[in-house]
Amino acid sequence: MGNGTHLGKVRGLGSAQHGSHHWLQQRLSALGNLLLVGFLVASLLRLPLGDHREVARWAADPLVAFALIMLVVSVFWHLRLGLQVLIEDYVHGEATRLLALVALNFYAIGGAAFGIFTIVRIALAPVVPGPGGM
Amino acid sequence: MTVSILHRISGDGLAIVGASMFLWWLYAIAAGPEAYAAFVAIVWKDPSPEITLVHQVTNILGKVVLVGLTWAFFQHLFSGLRHFVLDAGAGYELKTNKLWSAVVIAAGLFATAATWLFILWGNLNG
Repeated sequence: MGNGTHLGKVRGLGSAQHGSHHWLQQRLSALGNLLLVGFLVASLLRLPLGDHREVARWAADPLVAFALIMLVVSVFWHLRLGLQVLIEDYVHGEATRLLALVALNFYAIGGAAFGIFTIVRIALAPVVPGPGGM
Repeated sequence: MTVSILHRISGDGLAIVGASMFLWWLYAIAAGPEAYAAFVAIVWKDPSPEITLVHQVTNILGKVVLVGLTWAFFQHLFSGLRHFVLDAGAGYELKTNKLWSAVVIAAGLFATAATWLFILWGNLNG
């Protein structure tokens, strides 16, 4: 570490002191994505994707629904961190950057909430009767 | 350097296009059979005898996007694994680094091709 931080801090341009936190969170969510998105992709390749009943029944299974919710959390957390870096690198000008970061948070938090809601809705939907009834 | 740029491009593509499509898919499942059929008719294949021009275009576009997302997924996955190795402090020697960068790109393309051959093969056999 250099000793430029003090002057930088006085000018309000110093390290935000969140760097390692961001770095660690990105790795943790990457690990989560590795498992959960891997599970999703494997499932997508095995599912009859044109058949709503089969797909809904798969997603409604408690373990699958739980995994999907964890996936949404991990993925949206990870993409928030990733897109934040994109914005910080390419969006210049304080107002536009702030606006972009606000939009990013709307997308990340709103998207995650929407995803979790739809999964819960699928899992708790009125039972889709399978062959042979139930 | 190429791998680093591809990591960012694939990541941002997955974050914006991939995550949005995933949410759209979840919504279509939750909204019921009609909504799901409408989703499939837009993104994959409209089963009606007279397909509208819009659906003809989106059916092709949908497949292009899905192939693109498949590539982005594998590319980001493999270069992400590379980052884990680099985080551990390994693989910085020039030759090693260059070799694994090339492997990551090749593996991404290979996995994408393999996945779509598998899908095509499944479609042909049922």
